[in-house]
Amino acid sequence: MFGLLDCNNFYVSCERVFQPRYEGQPVVVLSNNDGNLISRSAEAKALGLKMGDPYFQVKDVLQQHNVKVFSSNYALYGDMSRRVMYHLQQVAPAVEIYSIDEAFLDLAGMETYLGSLDAYARKIRDGVKARTGIPTCVGVAPTKTLAKLANRIAKKDAALGGVLYLDSPERRAWALRQVPVGDVWGVGRQYAAKLAAAGVDSAADLARVSDAWARKHLGGVVGARLVQELQGRPCAGLHPSEDGTLSRQSISCSRTFGKPLSAFDDVLAAVAAFLSRAAEKLRAQGDMAHVLTVYISKNRFAANVLPPYSKSATLTLPIGPTADTTVLLSYARLLLGRLWEKSTAYHKAGVVLDGLEPPGTGQQLDLFAAAPAVKPIEKPALVTKRPALMASLDALNQRFGRGAVQIATAIPAAGHINTTSGKTPPPWEGKAQWRSPAFTTRLEDLMLVN
Amino acid sequence: MSDVELIRVPEPGPNPFLLPLFSYLVPAGFPSPASDHLEGLFDMNRLLFRHPDATYMLRVGGESMSGAEIHTGDLLAVDKHLEADHGHIVVAVVHGECTVKRLVREGQSWWLMPANPAFKPYEITDTDELRIWGVVTHVVHELIPGRLQALIQSID
Repeated sequence: MFGLLDCNNFYVSCERVFQPRYEGQPVVVLSNNDGNLISRSAEAKALGLKMGDPYFQVKDVLQQHNVKVFSSNYALYGDMSRRVMYHLQQVAPAVEIYSIDEAFLDLAGMETYLGSLDAYARKIRDGVKARTGIPTCVGVAPTKTLAKLANRIAKKDAALGGVLYLDSPERRAWALRQVPVGDVWGVGRQYAAKLAAAGVDSAADLARVSDAWARKHLGGVVGARLVQELQGRPCAGLHPSEDGTLSRQSISCSRTFGKPLSAFDDVLAAVAAFLSRAAEKLRAQGDMAHVLTVYISKNRFAANVLPPYSKSATLTLPIGPTADTTVLLSYARLLLGRLWEKSTAYHKAGVVLDGLEPPGTGQQLDLFAAAPAVKPIEKPALVTKRPALMASLDALNQRFGRGAVQIATAIPAAGHINTTSGKTPPPWEGKAQWRSPAFTTRLEDLMLVN
Repeated sequence: MSDVELIRVPEPGPNPFLLPLFSYLVPAGFPSPASDHLEGLFDMNRLLFRHPDATYMLRVGGESMSGAEIHTGDLLAVDKHLEADHGHIVVAVVHGECTVKRLVREGQSWWLMPANPAFKPYEITDTDELRIWGVVTHVVHELIPGRLQALIQSID
């Protein structure tokens, strides 16, 4: 049995814990750079506001209905997520952290010890609420896909009290009928359209298709597994998180700039800053990266901007995997140079680290490469790993705050530094006009009580 | 002529309590009798955050609880999952605003009691408009001006 616990309107809920006056009021949270709606309270949903709506398009509706708008505050959400996951790890035998606000729980055999899994799920839900103030819903079912589906129904139907346990074949059949096929976990928009054309409308319809049909029309074995999971036969196991964090197969870091940038050094500084962050995450999960991607985008909504709006370049590192920020940056600079167009205003950049592997496992030798007759002389510039330097860098930033020690390239050019206030965010830092304080992670920002 | 007495000033030695266990060289000849008893530093977090997932640090802005030794600028460790009872100092949400007061039961009625005669007690009549946010477990009060004092001044 699997459980899926998902926090309700997580970002909005986090804001409300520390600002209870917004309980019962319509509240939305915007994405980075105050771009789109990414979290909506039930009251905001009732106003017809949709996930992903651009802020500038719904601005009037928000004002008209007095909706409280927040910029995203990831310092706060990250800490609240950590608390939720910590509690789950105390009460469930195994936990897979699936995203910032969702986790799968392995409940195999728990019924023997705890009696009803329904009551157990309710207890977990109450525990999270009591410790963090965050409301959640829990779906319990024999497969992960069905647990997702049960969770979805629990969210929509308030009468269920936040928990749905698909314990019998009858309940599973009932649940499958409730959910449109496009809302099944793993069915994307394209497949949804294809399925609708084939007369497959609900999850129940999808659970009835033959194995051969699924293989043919739903991307081979992936589709066949999806159907089996809906039928109640588990195909995917739990990937437990050992250290309470999410370990990733690829790491990316990208931002929309607060203002368009058209100088190479400014964009390079932004790329260096994002790369520093990505490499730090890479080292934190104990991996090295083999493949580096850099991309830059223009503003597709601006006048006189011609496609392609976005360009990317990928490189398999010729020196093998590394986790060294300076080495990665030297290649990132090269890639950015390839993408760069003169006198163009860029408004977004990002880096992706792929081909992750722990040190020492993957240094595969090239079968077809000629054995070097003479050992190449290692130039000082080609040092590929300096684990001690990187460890010191991470330790300093951990101790004295992020950005205490930076790669010089990531420091914005002098022209951007406003000397009057002393501390000016770099030009690529996104807008966050309505960000609340980091209530739990900064001494200066702690919640004030009278 | 007064006598001059020489006082031997001991060399400042390393503070053994700040060193992790066994990470220093043991001098040859005579082993330190303390070396088996070093336990590392006690982590204050373990005192303040008995339930790390449920404990939040809050700052005090006001003197309504001065009689209970809670002053402006102090830090409170607040446990959200403890059940509040008579006599606890709690953080309560009244009409959407957070306040720290003592929860008191008198007969059938419950009160939020300030610990300062300049403030009025608040009787809890409608449980819908009041919610307990958490129970205060510890107060961190600074006696010599430091970061917490500096923080108050930066706000003023």
